[in-house]
Amino acid sequence: MAIKILIPTPLRPYTDKKDAVETSGATVGDVLADLTTKHAGLKPHLYNEQGKLRSFVNIYVNDEDIRYMQKEQTPVSDGDTVSIIPSVAGGVDVVVAHRTPAEAGRE
Amino acid sequence: MSEHKVAISAAVDDAIRRHGEETYPHECCGALVGREGQVTATVPLSNTTEEGPRRRFLVRPSDYRLAESRASELGADLLGFYHSHPDHPARPSQYDLDHAWPTFAYVIVAVAAGKAGDMTVWWLKDDRSTFEEGELHHGD
Repeated sequence: MAIKILIPTPLRPYTDKKDAVETSGATVGDVLADLTTKHAGLKPHLYNEQGKLRSFVNIYVNDEDIRYMQKEQTPVSDGDTVSIIPSVAGGVDVVVAHRTPAEAGRE
Repeated sequence: MSEHKVAISAAVDDAIRRHGEETYPHECCGALVGREGQVTATVPLSNTTEEGPRRRFLVRPSDYRLAESRASELGADLLGFYHSHPDHPARPSQYDLDHAWPTFAYVIVAVAAGKAGDMTVWWLKDDRSTFEEGELHHGD
Protein backbone atom coordinates (compact mmCIF):
# COMPACT_ATOMS: atom_id res chain seq x y z
CA MET A 1 0.00 0.00 0.00
CA ALA A 2 1.24 3.46 -0.85
CA ILE A 3 0.84 6.02 1.90
CA LYS A 4 2.17 9.50 1.22
CA ILE A 5 3.85 11.28 4.13
CA LEU A 6 4.12 15.08 3.83
CA ILE A 7 7.43 16.37 5.18
CA PRO A 8 7.61 19.83 6.82
CA THR A 9 10.30 22.33 5.77
CA PRO A 10 12.82 21.70 8.60
CA LEU A 11 12.95 17.96 7.90
CA ARG A 12 13.37 18.10 4.12
CA PRO A 13 17.18 18.15 4.28
CA TYR A 14 16.83 14.61 5.67
CA THR A 15 14.61 13.43 2.77
CA ASP A 16 16.81 14.59 -0.11
CA LYS A 17 14.76 17.84 -0.12
CA LYS A 18 11.56 15.97 -0.95
CA ASP A 19 8.35 17.39 0.50
CA ALA A 20 6.58 14.03 0.31
CA VAL A 21 7.74 10.44 0.69
CA GLU A 22 5.84 7.32 -0.39
CA THR A 23 5.76 4.69 2.33
CA SER A 24 4.00 1.44 3.07
CA GLY A 25 2.39 -0.05 6.16
CA ALA A 26 -0.93 -0.74 7.85
CA THR A 27 -0.69 1.76 10.72
CA VAL A 28 0.77 5.19 11.36
CA GLY A 29 3.52 3.50 13.37
CA ASP A 30 4.34 1.25 10.41
CA VAL A 31 4.60 4.05 7.87
CA LEU A 32 6.68 6.22 10.19
CA ALA A 33 9.01 3.26 10.75
CA ASP A 34 9.26 2.81 6.99
CA LEU A 35 10.00 6.53 6.61
CA THR A 36 12.77 6.52 9.21
CA THR A 37 14.26 3.37 7.69
CA LYS A 38 14.44 5.09 4.30
CA HIS A 39 15.67 8.37 5.82
CA ALA A 40 17.47 7.53 9.07
CA GLY A 41 18.48 11.12 9.79
CA LEU A 42 14.86 11.92 10.62
CA LYS A 43 14.66 9.57 13.57
CA PRO A 44 16.22 11.68 16.36
CA HIS A 45 14.05 14.63 15.40
CA LEU A 46 10.80 12.63 15.46
CA TYR A 47 11.45 10.28 18.39
CA ASN A 48 12.94 10.86 21.84
CA GLU A 49 15.57 8.67 23.51
CA GLN A 50 12.81 6.36 24.77
CA GLY A 51 11.55 5.78 21.24
CA LYS A 52 8.37 7.83 21.76
CA LEU A 53 7.19 10.47 19.33
CA ARG A 54 8.36 13.86 20.59
CA SER A 55 5.58 15.97 22.10
CA PHE A 56 5.98 18.77 19.56
CA VAL A 57 5.70 16.37 16.61
CA ASN A 58 2.09 16.26 15.44
CA ILE A 59 0.96 13.50 13.11
CA TYR A 60 -2.23 13.88 11.10
CA VAL A 61 -3.98 11.33 8.91
CA ASN A 62 -6.02 13.20 6.32
CA ASP A 63 -6.22 16.25 8.63
CA GLU A 64 -7.15 14.27 11.75
CA ASP A 65 -4.71 14.40 14.68
CA ILE A 66 -3.76 10.83 15.63
CA ARG A 67 -3.88 11.83 19.34
CA TYR A 68 -7.66 11.82 18.94
CA MET A 69 -7.65 8.55 16.99
CA GLN A 70 -5.63 5.47 17.90
CA LYS A 71 -2.29 7.26 18.10
CA GLU A 72 0.43 5.26 16.34
CA GLN A 73 -1.95 2.31 16.04
CA THR A 74 -4.23 4.39 13.82
CA PRO A 75 -4.84 2.34 10.67
CA VAL A 76 -3.94 3.78 7.28
CA SER A 77 -4.96 2.59 3.85
CA ASP A 78 -3.94 3.10 0.26
CA GLY A 79 -4.33 6.74 -0.76
CA ASP A 80 -4.26 8.18 2.77
CA THR A 81 -2.01 11.16 3.39
CA VAL A 82 -0.05 11.38 6.62
CA SER A 83 1.25 14.84 7.57
CA ILE A 84 4.02 15.69 10.02
CA ILE A 85 3.13 19.12 11.41
CA PRO A 86 5.50 20.84 13.84
CA SER A 87 4.49 22.65 16.96
CA VAL A 88 7.13 25.28 17.59
CA ALA A 89 7.77 25.99 21.25
CA GLY A 90 10.31 27.61 23.51
CA GLY A 91 10.77 29.91 26.42
CA VAL A 92 13.08 30.97 29.18
CA ASP A 93 14.56 28.89 31.96
CA VAL A 94 18.18 27.79 31.98
CA VAL A 95 20.49 29.23 29.34
CA VAL A 96 22.27 26.36 27.57
CA ALA A 97 24.41 28.04 24.92
CA HIS A 98 26.79 30.83 25.63
CA ARG A 99 28.88 33.02 23.44
CA THR A 100 32.52 32.28 23.12
CA PRO A 101 34.86 34.43 25.26
CA ALA A 102 35.99 36.31 22.15
CA GLU A 103 32.40 37.15 21.22
CA ALA A 104 31.53 38.08 24.78
CA GLY A 105 34.52 40.41 24.86
CA ARG A 106 33.10 42.42 21.99
CA GLU A 107 29.89 43.14 23.86
CA MET B 1 33.27 31.19 12.89
CA SER B 2 29.75 29.93 12.50
CA GLU B 3 28.70 28.41 9.19
CA HIS B 4 25.19 29.71 9.81
CA LYS B 5 24.08 33.19 8.93
CA VAL B 6 20.91 35.03 8.12
CA ALA B 7 20.27 38.54 6.89
CA ILE B 8 17.32 40.64 8.00
CA SER B 9 16.10 43.90 6.57
CA ALA B 10 15.56 46.96 8.76
CA ALA B 11 11.81 46.43 8.41
CA VAL B 12 12.05 42.82 9.64
CA ASP B 13 14.32 43.85 12.52
CA ASP B 14 11.84 46.55 13.50
CA ALA B 15 8.84 44.19 13.21
CA ILE B 16 10.42 41.61 15.54
CA ARG B 17 11.43 44.23 18.12
CA ARG B 18 8.03 45.92 17.99
CA HIS B 19 6.22 42.60 18.40
CA GLY B 20 8.34 41.76 21.45
CA GLU B 21 7.61 45.14 23.01
CA GLU B 22 3.88 44.92 22.26
CA THR B 23 3.46 41.56 23.97
CA TYR B 24 5.79 42.34 26.92
CA PRO B 25 5.81 40.99 29.61
CA HIS B 26 4.63 37.99 27.59
CA GLU B 27 6.68 36.20 24.95
CA CYS B 28 5.93 36.95 21.32
CA CYS B 29 6.47 34.51 18.47
CA GLY B 30 6.34 34.51 14.71
CA ALA B 31 7.69 33.00 11.53
CA LEU B 32 10.63 34.13 9.39
CA VAL B 33 10.02 33.98 5.65
CA GLY B 34 12.50 34.53 2.86
CA ARG B 35 14.95 32.90 0.52
CA GLU B 36 18.55 31.82 0.65
CA GLY B 37 19.28 33.20 4.07
CA GLN B 38 17.59 36.55 3.53
CA VAL B 39 14.53 37.10 5.73
CA THR B 40 12.16 39.34 3.81
CA ALA B 41 8.97 39.05 5.86
CA THR B 42 7.70 38.04 9.26
CA VAL B 43 4.43 36.34 10.08
CA PRO B 44 3.43 37.35 13.62
CA LEU B 45 1.65 34.46 15.32
CA SER B 46 -0.38 34.02 18.48
CA ASN B 47 1.37 32.64 21.52
CA THR B 48 -0.99 29.79 22.39
CA THR B 49 0.94 28.33 25.32
CA GLU B 50 -1.05 27.21 28.33
CA GLU B 51 2.07 27.12 30.52
CA GLY B 52 2.33 30.85 31.17
CA PRO B 53 3.18 33.25 28.33
CA ARG B 54 5.75 35.18 30.40
CA ARG B 55 8.09 32.21 30.13
CA ARG B 56 6.80 30.08 27.24
CA PHE B 57 5.62 30.34 23.68
CA LEU B 58 3.82 27.82 21.53
CA VAL B 59 3.01 27.96 17.83
CA ARG B 60 0.16 25.51 17.34
CA PRO B 61 0.05 23.23 14.29
CA SER B 62 -2.63 25.27 12.51
CA ASP B 63 -0.48 28.41 12.80
CA TYR B 64 2.56 26.46 11.60
CA ARG B 65 0.57 25.53 8.51
CA LEU B 66 -0.44 29.17 8.10
CA ALA B 67 3.25 30.16 8.15
CA GLU B 68 4.16 27.58 5.50
CA SER B 69 1.22 28.73 3.36
CA ARG B 70 2.24 32.38 3.71
CA ALA B 71 5.79 31.54 2.67
CA SER B 72 4.49 29.64 -0.33
CA GLU B 73 2.22 32.53 -1.35
CA LEU B 74 5.23 34.83 -1.31
CA GLY B 75 7.24 32.41 -3.43
CA ALA B 76 9.60 32.02 -0.48
CA ASP B 77 10.61 29.50 2.15
CA LEU B 78 9.92 29.20 5.84
CA LEU B 79 13.39 29.92 7.24
CA GLY B 80 12.63 29.74 10.95
CA PHE B 81 10.92 31.41 13.86
CA TYR B 82 11.51 34.29 16.23
CA HIS B 83 10.47 34.74 19.83
CA SER B 84 11.18 37.11 22.70
CA HIS B 85 12.72 36.52 26.10
CA PRO B 86 11.09 39.05 28.44
CA ASP B 87 13.61 40.18 31.08
CA HIS B 88 15.98 37.37 30.12
CA PRO B 89 19.02 37.35 27.85
CA ALA B 90 18.76 36.51 24.14
CA ARG B 91 20.20 33.06 24.67
CA PRO B 92 18.42 29.75 24.08
CA SER B 93 17.14 27.87 27.09
CA GLN B 94 17.01 24.15 27.83
CA TYR B 95 13.31 24.36 26.99
CA ASP B 96 14.14 25.94 23.61
CA LEU B 97 16.64 23.14 22.99
CA ASP B 98 14.23 20.37 23.94
CA HIS B 99 11.65 21.69 21.49
CA ALA B 100 13.83 22.82 18.59
CA TRP B 101 13.58 21.75 14.97
CA PRO B 102 16.69 21.23 12.87
CA THR B 103 17.68 23.58 10.05
CA PHE B 104 15.39 26.40 11.24
CA ALA B 105 16.86 29.76 12.25
CA TYR B 106 15.74 30.71 15.76
CA VAL B 107 15.91 34.45 16.32
CA ILE B 108 15.64 35.53 19.96
CA VAL B 109 15.14 39.13 21.02
CA ALA B 110 15.68 40.13 24.63
CA VAL B 111 13.06 42.55 25.92
CA ALA B 112 14.12 44.19 29.19
CA ALA B 113 11.56 46.28 31.07
CA GLY B 114 9.50 46.57 27.90
CA LYS B 115 12.36 47.68 25.64
CA ALA B 116 13.78 45.38 22.94
CA GLY B 117 17.55 45.03 23.08
CA ASP B 118 19.97 42.27 22.10
CA MET B 119 18.91 40.10 19.14
CA THR B 120 20.63 36.82 18.31
CA VAL B 121 20.13 33.87 15.96
CA TRP B 122 20.69 30.16 16.68
CA TRP B 123 20.57 26.80 14.94
CA LEU B 124 20.05 23.41 16.52
CA LYS B 125 23.05 21.12 16.13
CA ASP B 126 22.22 18.04 14.11
CA ASP B 127 22.81 15.77 17.12
CA ARG B 128 20.39 17.92 19.17
CA SER B 129 23.06 18.44 21.85
CA THR B 130 22.97 22.25 21.81
CA PHE B 131 22.43 25.35 19.73
CA GLU B 132 25.11 27.08 17.70
CA GLU B 133 25.00 30.83 17.41
CA GLY B 134 24.90 32.16 13.88
CA GLU B 135 25.58 35.54 12.39
CA LEU B 136 22.76 38.03 12.13
CA HIS B 137 23.36 40.52 9.34
CA HIS B 138 21.37 43.67 8.88
CA GLY B 139 20.65 45.05 5.47
CA ASP B 140 18.26 44.76 2.55
